[in-house]
Amino acid sequence: MFQNALRTSLSLCRSTVSSCLRSQTFRRFLSQESRTKIQAAVTEYPVVLFMKGNPEQPMCGFSRGVVKILSAFDIPPEKFKTYNVLEDLELRTGIKEFSEWPTIPQLYVNGEFVGGSDIALSMFQSGELETLLEQHGVIPKASESPS
Amino acid sequence: MASDTILGSPGPVEIAMRQKLVTLLQPSKLIITNESQLHRHHAAMRSQGGGNGETHFAVQVISDAFKGKNTVQRHRLIYSALSEEFSQGLHALSLNTKTSEEAQRCQAEN
Repeated sequence: MFQNALRTSLSLCRSTVSSCLRSQTFRRFLSQESRTKIQAAVTEYPVVLFMKGNPEQPMCGFSRGVVKILSAFDIPPEKFKTYNVLEDLELRTGIKEFSEWPTIPQLYVNGEFVGGSDIALSMFQSGELETLLEQHGVIPKASESPS
Repeated sequence: MASDTILGSPGPVEIAMRQKLVTLLQPSKLIITNESQLHRHHAAMRSQGGGNGETHFAVQVISDAFKGKNTVQRHRLIYSALSEEFSQGLHALSLNTKTSEEAQRCQAEN
């Protein structure tokens, strides 16, 4: 009971300051150095996944999902890199600000932010993900394959 | 203790989310489902004592504010409106964002 009342009053306080906090939230901590490092990381490999854990041992169901989706394509290992944000606190907070995206996993293709697990899944289902990977030469074009 | 708040009436985070999304998007449909229970045992939540019962939500929105925006832009719009909730314990949203036209098309296909 008391917790509820406290939380309600807290949330009331919050709403009054929210407008000034809002624009800063994603930009508060990211140093130029971190930004440069992340920018280099997302462009170093054609496909980059920021996840919890690693492909062999994902530490979160959403990260596991994106790994599974990507494993449906035969992406050559030299074109695919994952980063475990649980091993790097700076990266864990930095990537959220860099992408302006508050959750992990995050998928990048050719230096461009693609999305998190919802988007990866829907793009996989619609075939857009395959097209995107083909366009960037990550996987060979499935030309004239029967559909 | 924490589980008391999520069955039945919505908790303060859910109420705040609804309020902000209605203001931002003027949605014709907004369904917020608290899925925190499903994730309570995950490592990230365990480290916060199971979370506060309001960490994971599925949000389904139909709004014409999404017109001309791709999925990433739509999700960012929602995330930035809820940045305060994210900084205070909200962990993940599963988002389904459609314009009214897209929602109708989807129904027609079903």
